[in-house]
Amino acid sequence: MTSTVDTVTDAAATPGQEQPHAALGLTDDEYAAIIGLLGRRPTESELAIYSVMWSEHCSYKSSRTHLRQFAEKAPPSAALLAGIGTNAGVVDIGQGYAVTFKIESHNHPSYVEPFQGAATGVGGIVRDILAMGARPVAVLNSLRFGAADAPDTRRVLPGVVAGISFYGNCLGLPNIGGELAFDPCYSGNPLVNALCVGVMRRDDLKLARASGPGNKVVLFGSPTGPDGIGGASVLASASFVTTGSGGERAKRPNVQVGDPFMEKLLIECCLELYAAGVVVAIGDLGAAGIACATTELAAAGGTGMAVSLDQVPLRDPGLGPAGILMSESQERMMAVTEPASLPRFLEICAKWDVPATVIGEVTDSGRLHVSWHGDTVVDLPPASAADGPLYRRPAARPANQDKLRLDDPAVLVARASPPGGSGGSSPRVGTPGGFGGSSPRVGTAGGFGGSSPRASTVLRGDLLALLSSPDGADKTWVTEQYDHYVRGNTVLAMPHDAGVLRIDEESNLGVAIATDGNGRYCVLDPYAGAQLALAEAYRNVAATGAVPLAVTNCLNFGSPEDPAVMWQFAEAVRGLADACQVLGVPVTGGNVSFYNQTGARAIHPTPVVGVLGVLSDVRDRLPSGFAGPGESIMLLGRTLAEFGGSLWAHVVHGHLGGVPPVVDLAAERRLAAVLAAGAERGLLSMAHDLSDGGLAVALAECCLVGQVGCAVRLPAGVDALTALFSESAARAVVTVRAGAEATFAELCAAQEVPSSVLGVTGGDALNIGGVLVVGRAELRAAHQGTLPAIFG
Amino acid sequence: MPLWHADHDLRGVDAVILPGGFSYGDYLRCGAIARFSPVMAEVAAAARAGLPVLGICNGFQILCEVHLLPGALTRNAGLRFVNRKVTIRIENNKTRWTTGYSAGQEITVVLKSGEGAYVADHATIAALEAGGLVVARYADGNPNGSADVIAGVANETGNVVGLMPHPEHAVDSLVGAGTDGLQFFNSILSAVPAG
Repeated sequence: MTSTVDTVTDAAATPGQEQPHAALGLTDDEYAAIIGLLGRRPTESELAIYSVMWSEHCSYKSSRTHLRQFAEKAPPSAALLAGIGTNAGVVDIGQGYAVTFKIESHNHPSYVEPFQGAATGVGGIVRDILAMGARPVAVLNSLRFGAADAPDTRRVLPGVVAGISFYGNCLGLPNIGGELAFDPCYSGNPLVNALCVGVMRRDDLKLARASGPGNKVVLFGSPTGPDGIGGASVLASASFVTTGSGGERAKRPNVQVGDPFMEKLLIECCLELYAAGVVVAIGDLGAAGIACATTELAAAGGTGMAVSLDQVPLRDPGLGPAGILMSESQERMMAVTEPASLPRFLEICAKWDVPATVIGEVTDSGRLHVSWHGDTVVDLPPASAADGPLYRRPAARPANQDKLRLDDPAVLVARASPPGGSGGSSPRVGTPGGFGGSSPRVGTAGGFGGSSPRASTVLRGDLLALLSSPDGADKTWVTEQYDHYVRGNTVLAMPHDAGVLRIDEESNLGVAIATDGNGRYCVLDPYAGAQLALAEAYRNVAATGAVPLAVTNCLNFGSPEDPAVMWQFAEAVRGLADACQVLGVPVTGGNVSFYNQTGARAIHPTPVVGVLGVLSDVRDRLPSGFAGPGESIMLLGRTLAEFGGSLWAHVVHGHLGGVPPVVDLAAERRLAAVLAAGAERGLLSMAHDLSDGGLAVALAECCLVGQVGCAVRLPAGVDALTALFSESAARAVVTVRAGAEATFAELCAAQEVPSSVLGVTGGDALNIGGVLVVGRAELRAAHQGTLPAIFG
Repeated sequence: MPLWHADHDLRGVDAVILPGGFSYGDYLRCGAIARFSPVMAEVAAAARAGLPVLGICNGFQILCEVHLLPGALTRNAGLRFVNRKVTIRIENNKTRWTTGYSAGQEITVVLKSGEGAYVADHATIAALEAGGLVVARYADGNPNGSADVIAGVANETGNVVGLMPHPEHAVDSLVGAGTDGLQFFNSILSAVPAG
């Protein structure tokens, strides 16, 4: 048997032997670098390790040079206990609690095998959180698919949702939020991003770091099988061609298969191991499996490690050392424990029926030493694998970027106005930042007042079109498949602006979390688009009354080998880092997913941003639906005529062009401060952020999430179309508790947040005076019918 | 007091709740493997001797598998997991777990299951109906295709109740669907001796 295995001795003896480095995703230069590092050709097992560890997915080799900005520009934050470089960032939320959260992609596996791909995406992010020493307490999912009615979407979406439902529900983790969006650019490249939140006592933070020679390395969890081999290097790190060739089926063995019940046992087992104090260091086995866990644990500890692969329990006895190292079998963890703690460690694993095996020990050699049947098959410096190469890929502004920017939706707005109305004045013409009732930026003012019956009919039709579009439609078809009640601490979940969890049952301390992204904004301007994604998530968290604290992101892009994509990426990262600095919320970690493209066609650049905030008392949280009749409705923030990348332009006109809404981070900060103070002081009964579809869609959602209609008048100074559908940022609609109107208005004035009274809640219709009236039943039918009609 | 699945010991408890969740991954059939847990032998024996037992969701599935209750729970008619608030009508308020409700009372609880469709042969259903052993029925439609819109059943002595929806998610308005589910637990607390 040993004769068929490529040992270090063999490698030294046969320097010229051909190796399949290209098939494993390594370039000729990378292969040459490996030979330089080792002073000989790598063994088959070493080549396996480098191929997965140096993959884009594991090494961030194209993105690291940009991602540094998240650390360099990080705002000072007393709350940050662990940041970038760890499995997941950890944030101090007070009262001795720390929260860890991270978002990660499982895009490529979910296209190849939607159910298992999405399920194991949940499993992977949950183990990341577990490896920080935290109890996972909730998940969120941010999903994007091709056109809703495309045949392949009907294959992919139901499978993805069922996979998330199967895995998360079985784990007993509430699914409390996220997003669902559609665009033809994601057909062939769906985005399946999973976020997990975990909680621990702040003193219990575990960092993945092997130290202490003689300490034992324990592999525990499921046995190792041939599933997912090369998942990181083959699926997530290169363009894979799927057009009609059945290519996705050929890749299916690269997708892992999940066992959520084993993961549940792993969670409880790990938490008991932590409590018993028998864990020196721990790492999860995700992408690149044992290869990743051994090299990263050893590299982080600055030590060496000796591992015997003969000890690894196998599900398939035919697996050789390279396959064992690369396998991405799910539900496995690796821990380092002191020899004296080992019996207790194994006893706890046995209690939870979790198989555990000592496969090696920590050494002071500074080398990762792996043996197979007595022969050395790996002997390398762990940091050389864990750190990976670093690329500065060429970036170039796409050739069509100017054309896209100049394709201003103002022309559509003008066309929508009645004859003699705004007369072609561009709503975007004007000095940036200039605002006022007479500013040219609100140039269509008065042009479409809604008094004309024809105009009213059009606007009413536009609203119903937005509400019934797949992007604007009610997402219950999806969210009803997720358990959001389990664990009994969910205060808010979908369809509210952010998920809110109670962390402490005595003090009612809690957290709020939301994810947002907007590919349309980002394709028009990746710098501003990334900032708008952050601003929206920040605003959604603030809309519950929480104070935003920290950020995680999942950066979904096309191929980094395309300079246009690399430009989008660089712009988005720069925008996000700059905005985090201004908003005072550090990036604590995240994930990059490149190669989301089919042939030469990349997805819209889609950074998805997760924001976590803290609520000192979750009983003060603000829902996003009208609470009852007779409450005063106010609009906060400034409305400009901003339709670039808007849902209105997309749905009503199939248009994508111009520039996205102006980013005003100072205004976002002030709005968040007003919302937090309004919630804490009991002045507000509800808040809902304005985003896709603007005020009209927001008001409709408030009527539907709540149980009552409203009667409002549109704010003065802008035309009806702009007032209804513009997507100006830094805005929210709130209801003020009876008697608190003056106090709240003073609060807004003190914070320089523009506010205006729109009307009152009540009745059974969305009644926008002089413009349109739609009964709640009609709103509901438009909003709720779409996804069931498509997906059954 | 938590009871460990691998123990042959009920630790002197006055009543047992088999909660919802997932057991052994339920890959074969929900509850089919869990029924063979060592502790289930003690639960079954004690239940036959009159110990109050409430099975919720997966607990209901286990009670059916271990034949403390008739029938079985199968895939929802829609073939998808369903998580929604439902209104159920308490049909039998004489069981050990439902005395806190009035007969015919409609309450809001949470249904969240993928295999919640109650099925049994015609004779069994007829016997359940004739014996008044249907504890609760869905009152606002049939969310999962259950026979006779049955949401919960009892054994003939009324000490063993299986319920598909989750009353424990309706005990605190802050984190659940109102407080209508509380009476399941108050019923049993008032039925067993204090202390």
